[in-house]
Amino acid sequence: MTATQDAPASVTEIGRDRRRKEDQRLITGRTRWTDNIQLPGMLHMAMVRSPFAHAKITAIDTSAAKAATNVVAVYTGKDLDESAGVLINAWAITTDQVAPDHPPIPADRVSFAGEIVAVVVARTPAEARDAAELVDVDYEELPAALDLKEAAEDKVLAHPDLGTNKSALWVFDSGEAGTGGNVEDAISKARTDGILIEREYRQQRLIPAFMEPRSVVVDPTGEQLTMWSATQIPHILRFALAATTGVPESKIRVIAPDVGGGFGGKLQVTPEEWTAWWVARQVHKPVKYTETRSESLMAAHHGRDQWQKLTLAAEKDGSVTGLKVELLADLGSHVAIVGGGVPVLGAFMFNSIYKFPAYHFACQTVLTNKTWTDAYRGAGRPEATYAIERLMDELAVELGVDPLEVREKNWIKHEEFPFTTVAGLEYDSGNYEEATAKAKANFGYDELRAEQKRRRDENDPVQLGIGVSTFTEMCGLAPSRVLGQLNYGAGGWEHASVRMLPTGTVEVVTGASAHGQGHETAFSQIVADRLGVRFEDVEILHGDTQVSHKGLDTYGSRSLVVGGEALVKAADKVIEKAKPIAAHMLEANVDDIEFKEGRLGVRGTDQGVALAEVAMAAFAAHDLPDGVEPTLDSDATYDPVNFNFPHGTHLCAVEVDTETGQVKMRKYTCVDDIGNVINPLIVAGQVHGGLMQGIAQALFEEAVHDESGTLVSASFVDYLVPTAADTISFDVDHNTTPSLTNTLGTKGVGEAGTIASTPAVVNAVVDAVRAFGVSDIQMPCTPERVWRAIHAGDAGGADPTTGGAAPHFDESTGHEGQTDRTDGAGQ
Amino acid sequence: MARIELTVDGAQVSDDVEPRMLLVQYLREKLGKTGTVIGCDTSNCGACTVHLDGRSVKSCNVLAVQANGHEVTTIEGLAEPGSLHAMQEAFHECHALQCGFCTPGMIMQSVDLLNDNPNPSEDEIRNGLEGNLCRCTGYHNIVRAVQAAAAAGATTAQPAAEKVEA
Repeated sequence: MTATQDAPASVTEIGRDRRRKEDQRLITGRTRWTDNIQLPGMLHMAMVRSPFAHAKITAIDTSAAKAATNVVAVYTGKDLDESAGVLINAWAITTDQVAPDHPPIPADRVSFAGEIVAVVVARTPAEARDAAELVDVDYEELPAALDLKEAAEDKVLAHPDLGTNKSALWVFDSGEAGTGGNVEDAISKARTDGILIEREYRQQRLIPAFMEPRSVVVDPTGEQLTMWSATQIPHILRFALAATTGVPESKIRVIAPDVGGGFGGKLQVTPEEWTAWWVARQVHKPVKYTETRSESLMAAHHGRDQWQKLTLAAEKDGSVTGLKVELLADLGSHVAIVGGGVPVLGAFMFNSIYKFPAYHFACQTVLTNKTWTDAYRGAGRPEATYAIERLMDELAVELGVDPLEVREKNWIKHEEFPFTTVAGLEYDSGNYEEATAKAKANFGYDELRAEQKRRRDENDPVQLGIGVSTFTEMCGLAPSRVLGQLNYGAGGWEHASVRMLPTGTVEVVTGASAHGQGHETAFSQIVADRLGVRFEDVEILHGDTQVSHKGLDTYGSRSLVVGGEALVKAADKVIEKAKPIAAHMLEANVDDIEFKEGRLGVRGTDQGVALAEVAMAAFAAHDLPDGVEPTLDSDATYDPVNFNFPHGTHLCAVEVDTETGQVKMRKYTCVDDIGNVINPLIVAGQVHGGLMQGIAQALFEEAVHDESGTLVSASFVDYLVPTAADTISFDVDHNTTPSLTNTLGTKGVGEAGTIASTPAVVNAVVDAVRAFGVSDIQMPCTPERVWRAIHAGDAGGADPTTGGAAPHFDESTGHEGQTDRTDGAGQ
Repeated sequence: MARIELTVDGAQVSDDVEPRMLLVQYLREKLGKTGTVIGCDTSNCGACTVHLDGRSVKSCNVLAVQANGHEVTTIEGLAEPGSLHAMQEAFHECHALQCGFCTPGMIMQSVDLLNDNPNPSEDEIRNGLEGNLCRCTGYHNIVRAVQAAAAAGATTAQPAAEKVEA
């Protein structure tokens, strides 16, 4: 027997810029978004939401709504029973974390503007919405905890029964952990005999703003109850439904069909899902709920929202000696599924690529009467990267050197890997020197610096600013053992199955759940290479818990580095299972069988069989060796041994019109090291989109509440997701040091652009106007804020944003002069 | 209820609709044209963009009754079944989509843009797509795709609607 005539694919799929398999349906409209699903007898839900941030519900009159045309039912919080379940927090960051109960619909008190107070079920969406207008709710307004700093002082309680707004205080100290020295010693020394940079930065509240509004359909008519949801986490969703609503897990099927973006915003278990789940079981008919954009912006979880108090100590020569980070993080009204874990994910990253000998991190999470917060692209690491990269620029100014010079002085040299950081992580690989050199060359760094000097010398009304961000991040969530140590409620493994179909195609099941990432393409490339089959012959299945019964879904740049590794292991098992059958077919000893490019051959001969032939032989099972199971199908569950650490150098040039405050992007160059690249086209797309979201935080986006707690940026008119006209094309390049923590040598890429770009842009804006005495501008750097910062020292600036150059928190110098304190922060 | 008759993706259709029904709701709920999607409620996002008599409109901003007697082309009718419009090809080739939710509207707007201006500059492309939001791509590859389609002469000498009728 010989190999089939059809030549197997060459082993070069990995690294090819394959066009995506996913595209055909998406570009022709043959899509299955949750809101597209229609089922016989399906009913539609509309929500009645609280207009108040904090209020007692004193009465709800549903009679008019119930009497409306084609209304089937109206429910309030009082109607819910235990089977409605609760929304869970999966990560109590401390054992004494304070968290309010979170029913899908509260019975007597609302705690943010937008919370559901009643649900109307009707035959059409329009009739449900019309009837929702007829629900009459009486509220007794309560004082609302809105400002994060005031909430942290318990001036007004978001949940009076809890007695405090302070949810949890999470601390890491390198002295106590044994990973470094005592930061207070470093600070004392720097105060008398070194450089101390003390700053307070604001991470404004953001909204993930995925393009597909959330939607959920529940069908209670089968033996299994089925939920379709626009979610990133079908497996976790199924677990949480089972754990809280009394329906056995084996009776629950969750499907994430086509999902239109997530960015962390669909990493949630939601009141809307739980309400639909419960309502369907009351009315015994399929129900659907699709939110409006305004509802989405109001009630889907928000991201970021921190105050960062930062102290960096250094020697006079610029060598860093200590870093102290004190965060206040706004949880919003409830502790969401990851909740306080988001800032904790940043705890290990403030020290970034620099060799700090001492580090202290403390994060106080705080409940307020605003929309709940949770993961948004980067989740903890953008906040950390922003803080350290802004501080390194300040240190450079203090020293009077180029910002790249002070970074290089302090970063881990390429020959020092693997490197154990002061936060206790082991960085496996990287080369900051090379990435930076490449970025400088691509950017034209020296030329732009020369132009900057020229414009300054000429007092050009349009000043040029150059911003730097040499970031790293941790991704590939996550080694289960580490998650256990952090008190997270689940593991961090991923599962994969490879099924060899008798006709020669390969079905691959992954527990990762794509919503735009291109898994079907990238994973096909990995499997095609590993098994020596054609790219076209691999089918990737995901997102349905009856097909993909086991998985931990997609977030934290984990799908490739964790899920991809599970694929490799499952594929390798297929080959091992094929070997004894091939040996039998070839009348050879199994020890002499070797697998190469899709063919199982006898070592040292030209005898061999194709893997597909072995699959067919296993399917027929007519002539298998004794005791051999008639299948090649294999499963693998992979638990990563470490995170991986993408890094890169991002350089941004902006033009700031000093007369108007307008910021214009001039050039953006990045050189990222994400290890080996499976598909450069997909990687570039991830970087572009990531950059845009980070730039949007720097320049455009902010969730703004008014003084009564109403979200005033509750539509795309006011929440400024950037348009094509707002930005420029990017210059994206790579430098590669393969990761040593997985066999493919890959590192995550999904969040890198977002994590890196925000400080690069703000550093550029501040750099452009530093000559005006400006050392900080609060994000987003709107024209008004930039203009005010420039004019803070003259009659043009009405508010006291005096330079923000306050070097210390000392009473004597004060920090009220910082432009952080300008208006417009989420009050 | 009002009776409307119109052509959608080359097919004659007729229905009784509420006067307040939006064209996008009509397309999705009555005709099952779910390739066209709804992304917002303030006509900012452009996800619902279709062609009305060969020009792009946001179908959340048109009442179904206003389309009475007119011709609507959606993403599902942009090319003959089994084939792709040059703009669809370009979006695929240039990786101009990720989650794909904005894509139908983005493609319909891009086709309209080239019909107006067959050889746009990057700035003209960016300004021409300003009414369509994408959260995934950073627009970088969308701009490339429109440039590629322009270079390939995708200026629809045969507007999509006519092509479908043919």
